[in-house]
Amino acid sequence: MDIQLKRGLLDVCVLAAIKNEDSYGYKIIKDLKPYIELSESTLYTILKRLENARMLTVRSAEHDGRLRKYYHITNNGIKRIEEFKEEWKEVISIYQFVIKEDSRE
Amino acid sequence: MNKQMFLFDLRNALSGLPQDDIEERIAFYNEMIDDRMEEGMSEEEAVAGVGTVDEIRAQIISDIPFPKLVKETIRPKRNRHVWELVLIILGFPVWFPLMVAAGAIVFALYIVAWALIVSLWAIEVALWACALGGSVAATIYFMHGNTISALMMFGAVLFVIGLSIFMFFGCTAASRGIIKLTKKAGLGIKSMFIRKEYSE
Repeated sequence: MDIQLKRGLLDVCVLAAIKNEDSYGYKIIKDLKPYIELSESTLYTILKRLENARMLTVRSAEHDGRLRKYYHITNNGIKRIEEFKEEWKEVISIYQFVIKEDSRE
Repeated sequence: MNKQMFLFDLRNALSGLPQDDIEERIAFYNEMIDDRMEEGMSEEEAVAGVGTVDEIRAQIISDIPFPKLVKETIRPKRNRHVWELVLIILGFPVWFPLMVAAGAIVFALYIVAWALIVSLWAIEVALWACALGGSVAATIYFMHGNTISALMMFGAVLFVIGLSIFMFFGCTAASRGIIKLTKKAGLGIKSMFIRKEYSE
């Protein structure tokens, strides 16, 4: 997949993974695994970028006698997901056009 | 490799980077390994799962904005002695122009590389302009009944179009090459700043 495209998709994937409940690093990777491959260092960069863009907040909580960082989506993050959905409606209609024309011969 | 060794290696590999970055990364990978082990992986497997130190380092360096990197690595770890400060100030007329010159040379090389690309594309555009002009000329010759000249002109147009198609691939390849080189050079310059600090 095109790198720029994948980068944009990954941001939204990570936001989606924490949308319904707060999540932590390893769980995000596991949740996304069936859909998109994501390495630890890439995830770190994405989380940092989303935090700087105020799309998520971070808190540390104790888990099993150690600290774990949990990521919580903000209103900005939810807005980003909505934008993504709007943008991709267009992409999907373009895709359908391409498929239709391609299969017509 | 166990977790302690991995984190130790990682810390070493990252030394020279901004301190807050290092601590945050170490904590991040620590948590990742712990979470994997909690799921039943052995320590070895968990460590292997997060990737190699070299991979992590390469990615981190390419992620950090250059100005931050320079600011953090140039800041001395200890206070400078007075005589060092005096030398730096007295040496200013020497090292400052040298530094500016070095920067200018790098910049000039970069401009030259791009100038080459621009001129390649200019040739490409010129070839297309020739083809266009040639077509018009061929049509005019033909309308005036000068069939021989028209044919000759038409042949020249075909030749130029062929050449321009050939050139196009050369141009795109060269452009891509330069962009790749730019990225590599950027990474190289960043590594230079880090390695310098690391060896001190």
